[in-house]
Amino acid sequence: MLNVAATTARSLFITVDDLEDLAQGAAFLGTGGGGDPYIGRLMAKHAIEEFGAPEIIEVDELDDDATVLPAAMLGAPTVLVEKAASGEDIDYSVERLAQIVGRRPDAICPIEIGGINSMIPVVAAARLGLPLVNCDGMGRAFPELQMVTFSVYGVSVTPAVIVDEHLETVIVETNDGKRAEDLIRAVAIQMGLSVMISCYPMTGRQVKNYGVKGTLTLALGVGRAISRGRMEGEPIGTLLAYLRSTEYYNHCKVLFDGKITDLRRETAKGFSMGHCELDALDGSGQHMNILFQNENLVARVDGKTVAVVPDLICIVDRETGRPVTVEAMKYGQRVKVIGTSAAPIMRRPECLAVFGPQAFGLEEDFIPIEKLGRPE
Amino acid sequence: MAGKIEKSRYSDHLEEIAIIRIGVDVGGTNTDAVLMHGQKVKAVHKAPTGGNVDEGIVAAVRNVLNMSRIAAGDIQAVMMGTTHFTNAFVERKHLQEVGVIRLALPATRGVPPMVDWPDDITAVIGKHHYMVAGGYEFDGRPISQLDEKAIASAAKDMQAKGIWTVAVSGVFSPVNSAMEERAGEIILNELPDASVTLSSRIGRIGLLERENAAIINASLAGLSASLVASFERALTELNIKAPFYISQNDGTLMSAEFVEKYPVLTFASGPTNSIRGAAYLSGLKDALVVDIGGTTTDIGVLVNGFPRESGVAIDVGSVRTNFRMPDILSVGLGGGSLVSQNGKVRVGPRSVGYRLVEEAQVFGGKQLTATDIAVAAGFVEIGDPIAVANLPKSLIRETASVMHRTVEECVDRMKTSAEPLPLILVGGGSILIREHIAGTTEVIVPRHAEVANAIGASIAQVGGEINKVYSYEQITREEAVKNARAEAANQARNAGADENSIEIIDFEEMPLAYMPASAVRIRAKAAGELYLC
Repeated sequence: MLNVAATTARSLFITVDDLEDLAQGAAFLGTGGGGDPYIGRLMAKHAIEEFGAPEIIEVDELDDDATVLPAAMLGAPTVLVEKAASGEDIDYSVERLAQIVGRRPDAICPIEIGGINSMIPVVAAARLGLPLVNCDGMGRAFPELQMVTFSVYGVSVTPAVIVDEHLETVIVETNDGKRAEDLIRAVAIQMGLSVMISCYPMTGRQVKNYGVKGTLTLALGVGRAISRGRMEGEPIGTLLAYLRSTEYYNHCKVLFDGKITDLRRETAKGFSMGHCELDALDGSGQHMNILFQNENLVARVDGKTVAVVPDLICIVDRETGRPVTVEAMKYGQRVKVIGTSAAPIMRRPECLAVFGPQAFGLEEDFIPIEKLGRPE
Repeated sequence: MAGKIEKSRYSDHLEEIAIIRIGVDVGGTNTDAVLMHGQKVKAVHKAPTGGNVDEGIVAAVRNVLNMSRIAAGDIQAVMMGTTHFTNAFVERKHLQEVGVIRLALPATRGVPPMVDWPDDITAVIGKHHYMVAGGYEFDGRPISQLDEKAIASAAKDMQAKGIWTVAVSGVFSPVNSAMEERAGEIILNELPDASVTLSSRIGRIGLLERENAAIINASLAGLSASLVASFERALTELNIKAPFYISQNDGTLMSAEFVEKYPVLTFASGPTNSIRGAAYLSGLKDALVVDIGGTTTDIGVLVNGFPRESGVAIDVGSVRTNFRMPDILSVGLGGGSLVSQNGKVRVGPRSVGYRLVEEAQVFGGKQLTATDIAVAAGFVEIGDPIAVANLPKSLIRETASVMHRTVEECVDRMKTSAEPLPLILVGGGSILIREHIAGTTEVIVPRHAEVANAIGASIAQVGGEINKVYSYEQITREEAVKNARAEAANQARNAGADENSIEIIDFEEMPLAYMPASAVRIRAKAAGELYLC
C-alpha cells in the first residue's frame, strides 16, 4: 500500500514523449551546470519502456508521515557520458537507504531539478514503481550536496548511501552536510567518478514544508516553451513569456545578447571554476563577464552586477534557445544570457547563508534580479 | 571549448609541395578531377558520376591527364574525397546487419546500445546487441575482467544469424583500448571472415556517440569494400600506380586500406574539402567560405587554414555522433532555387536541383530560378539571356537583394567577431552573388572555384588525434601534456605523415567538472605532410 493520499482526479505521468522537453528544461534550470541530461534521458526512456511511466504526485498529496527518498547521480557529468549507470545501482541506493531508516519508501523525490538529476529520479521511480514528487530542493542546480533547502531547514543529508555499478556500497553518516559532501566526493573518486546516491531521507511533512514545489512540471514547461517557440520561430520570446507566467521565475529578462570571446577555466577547490567573457552583438561595446563554479554564479555588465546566485543565470543559443552547459561553451558561440528570479524560499536569509553569493566566496550581497540594472 | 589553440605554420608547408598529384571528388551527380603540380592547378574536369563510380573517375582523370599532357606514370599520389558513404547511411542503402558487443557490465546496463536509433535504420541493420563484462574507469582501472567466454558465445550467435560485421565498444576505450583489441581477436578467432570495428579507433570520449559511430562504420563494411575496389579498378585502368588516399572529415588523409576499414571517417569530408580548397585557391588562412550549389548554400569558417569545427553533437541520418565535423550553416539557396512572388519575393528552399539545365528559363524551361535572375541581372552569361529579358526590373532587383541578404545573414551568424573577414565564394551557384556582402572585407571568387572540393582533397594532409582523461594525482600536468602531444604526433606518423612536418594543430585541456583537481581531459591533434619517398 502506498502511503499517498489518493486525491487526484487526473493522474499525471511522465512519458517517453515528455523526456526531450524535460531534459531541455532541466538543462536550462541547470544554469550551466548539472551535466547534460542527454544520457539521463536515454536511461529514463529505457526504464519507462521496460517498467512503465511513473506517476507524478504533488507535494500536497503526501501524507505527513510518508517516507520520501531522493535519488541522484553524483560525480563528473563528463564521466557519466562514458560510464552510464546500470539501473540496479539506482534501485539499490534507494532500497538500502530504506532499509537503514527502517521504512518502506512511499515516493521518490528529486533533490536537484537542473541537469542530469532531473532524470535519475524518473529512472528510479519507474524502476521501483513509486510515484515521483513534483518538487526538489532548489529549483535549479548547485555544485554541492548540502546546498539544498532541506539541509537549510535541518534535514540531515545523511544517512547517505553511495552505490557503484558493482552494487558496492558506502554508507556515510556525518554531523553536518558539508562534511558529508567532502567524504562522499572522496568515495566517488574511488568508485570511478560516477555514482548513484540516495540521501536526505524525509517525511512527507518535511517535503511539504521545505521543498521547492512544482519544479518537475516547471522544467517540463520550460522545455516545452523552448520547443514550441523554436517551431514558431521565436524560441526566446516564448521562453520568456512562459517564465513570466510561473511563480518562481517570473522576474526574467535577457541580460545580454553576445558572443563568447574568451573562456578561462581552472580547477580550484575541487570544482570547475572559470570566467566566460562576452561582447555585445549590438555594437554598443558592452561587455559581460560570467563567473561560474560548475553553475553560473554571477553575471556582470561592464563591471556592474546584473544577476547573482541563487537567482538563475542561463546561457542559451541565441537562434534555437537551446541551453548551453559550461562544458559545451565554446569560443565564438552567439548566445543570449537569461536571468530569472529563484524561488522565494531560496532567497531567505538562512538559505542565502548556505548558497548565497558569500557561500561561493563572492564578496557581494545578494540583490534580487528585479532590483538590479537592466529593465525587464 | 576551453584551452589554448596553438597557432600553426601549417599552410606554409603547402608552398614546399612540388609533387604531381590528382585530386578527385566523387559526388552523387558529378565526379570532379584536378591535376596539381606543386602550387599550380594544371587541369580540371567535371564528368557525370553515372551508375558505375569507376567510369566517372576514369573519365574525369583521363581528361586532366590529357589536358595537362602528364603521363599516368608521373603521378605521385591520388587523393579522393567522396560523399558516397554519408549518402548510403542517410538513405539507408547498401548497409549490412551489425552485431554490437559492448564491454561494460555491470556499468551502462541502463542505456543499452542503439536505444535511441530510429526504426527505419534498425529495420535495415538490426538490433543485435550483446553486453558483456569489461571496460575501464576514467583512470584506466578495469571496471570488470573481460568476459572472454561471453564474447565467444556472442560471435557464435552472430554466426548462426549470418551476421559478419561487428562493432565493439568498451567503456573508456579511448583511455585504454586493450580490451577492445582482445575482443576483436576473439571474434576473429570464431568468425575468421568477420569485419570488426573497434570504437577506440574511431571516436572520442562519449560512449554512445562513439559506439554509434562504430555501428555506422560496421554497417558500411560491404559498401566500403566495393567502393574502394572501384577506386582501385579505375586507377588500374588509368595505369596509375601511385598510392591513393581518401580524405576524412577533418581535412586529413587516410590510406585506402584504412578507409576500407573505417569508411565512417569520410563523413563530412565534402564541406571540409570545399573549405580547404577555397583556402588553397585564394591563398587565405582566415576567411568565410560560402559554397553555393544547386539547392543549398553551405557556409563555413576558415581558421588558420582549417575549417572551424562544430562543438556540438551532430546527428548523421538521425543518429547521434561526435565526429570531428566542420561547423557548417546550411540554407536553402542555390542556383536551382525557385523564385516566387507572393507580395514578397522568396528564393528557395524549393529547388529544381539537377534539372536546372532543363527547367530554368534561360535553358528553355518554364521555372523561374535564382540562375535566371543572375542572368537577367547581368551577373553571368549562361543559357539564353533573351528568355529573361522581359522580367520586371523591380523583380530582378528585389530577388538579387534577397539572395545577397540571405548570405549576409548567414555570414553574420557564423562570424565570431565584428571584425570583417574576406569571403571566398565557391561552387556552381556562386554566380548568384556579385555585390558586396556586409560584414566582409571583400568577396573573392577564385579561379577553379567550381572544383574547390577536388582541390581540397588534393591538398589534404595526414593527421592523428588523441583524447584522454588524465589524473594529475598520478602524473604531473607537464608530463601529461607532453605525453598527449607525443601520442598525437605518433598517430600522425603512423598514418603516414612526414616526421619533420608534424605539428600540433589543436590542443585542448578541460578539467572534469564536480571533481577535485585530479581529473583532466586532454585532446591533441597533430598533422603533417604526406610522406612520399
